[in-house]
Amino acid sequence: MPQHLSNLTETASQTGGPYVHIGCIPSFAGIEGVYPQDLGLSPIQPGALGQQITITGQVIDGTGWALRDALIESWQPDSAGRFAGQPGADPAVSGFCRFAADKDSGEFCLTTVKPGAVPARTGQMQAPHISLWIAARGINVGLHTRIYFEDEDNSADPLLARIEQRNRVSTLIARKTGEGAYRFDIRLQGEGETVFLDI
Amino acid sequence: MTDLGPLVPRQRDMHPVPYDPDYKTSVPRSPKWPLLSMESTPSEETGPRFGHGVIGPLDNNLMLNFATDGSPAIGERILVHGQVLDEFARPVPNTLIEIWQANAGGRYRHIKDTYLAPLDPNFGGCGRTLTDDQGRYQFLTIRPGAYPWPNRGNEWRPMHIHFSVFGHSFGQRLITQMYFEGDPLIARCPIAATIKNRSQLDRLVAPLDMPMARPLDFLAYKFDIVLRGRRQTMFENRLEGL
Ligand SMILES: [Fe+3]
Repeated sequence: MPQHLSNLTETASQTGGPYVHIGCIPSFAGIEGVYPQDLGLSPIQPGALGQQITITGQVIDGTGWALRDALIESWQPDSAGRFAGQPGADPAVSGFCRFAADKDSGEFCLTTVKPGAVPARTGQMQAPHISLWIAARGINVGLHTRIYFEDEDNSADPLLARIEQRNRVSTLIARKTGEGAYRFDIRLQGEGETVFLDI
Repeated sequence: MTDLGPLVPRQRDMHPVPYDPDYKTSVPRSPKWPLLSMESTPSEETGPRFGHGVIGPLDNNLMLNFATDGSPAIGERILVHGQVLDEFARPVPNTLIEIWQANAGGRYRHIKDTYLAPLDPNFGGCGRTLTDDQGRYQFLTIRPGAYPWPNRGNEWRPMHIHFSVFGHSFGQRLITQMYFEGDPLIARCPIAATIKNRSQLDRLVAPLDMPMARPLDFLAYKFDIVLRGRRQTMFENRLEGL
């Protein structure tokens, strides 16, 4: 017998279920008075440096139906690529946001500042991107993905470069629809399925 | 900032299968193509931090945090406590835990929940807390009821509390569910059964913890949580440029 490793195994995930909003954004779910306000209402405060942008989209299932019960979290650096808590980070950028698909249309909307480039572990620079995490009924392990931007130079990004099927790269790139406006749909399954990350 | 090293890759076979026909909603909502695996970057190794300033004194007391006139929620009074560790058994201090649950009758305070069991006017069903410097946490709440749900013809969820945990890295983000020791519905639940590894499912079942129960007041259950670890080694200096 070899020596014993005292490492632990990560706790298993379970679906957030249909009422994930009660726990994460209770005011949105109609439960008022427990907390002053929901956490992560906005990733920025007034005065945040950089270009203000709005990203809209839907989370779409394998039948083409937009989820009405999805919860999304985003995490990003400031416009210079520094995360909250790092030296010199913009104090008006918390970088964290929670938003839900609209109950009627399934549309979500994220208003933030365009993030700066951040290095990868290899020292290469990663193209500007926002990290996303998606939880919903029927999703047994939360899904990680990223939003890149059509109007940035994504050619040297190490994560995008690893996607063998080059026709899938576009699933991670937000389409510009106007000045400071982008469209980013997340397809859980089927044609145009979004690239999800094990990272 | 000190480089704490990359996140340990997730052992996907220790997690539920994404696609499970017995849990019908997972069928159209599970990705069909493999995930793209890559070593973590600062985008996953950093994450939001929440200070004590956001936590109110009753936030971890679901018996009282929705009470309209100070009268506590109806149900079996319980303490739920435990410790958050990482895969190297290091405590995870000052991390946000959020929970949500049905009331004692098995009904959620949610517009979409139309179960026959009544709402409790003094129970909201959400709570949150930060772990202490040893990664420990506790909640006072009432034991949630089992409830029926639309899946197969006669489907009931075992009693459970939903947990959301942040850790210190966005890549550690985890949502899970705590079950209760001895509940016969666990073995019949297709959501619990999405976890194919038996010991991993057993670890979601909180044991009755009598020493922590307070006589004439509440019973106690213990639920420990393990988050992904980060590899710390003297050979991790690649961020400086390889
Ligand atoms: Fe539930």
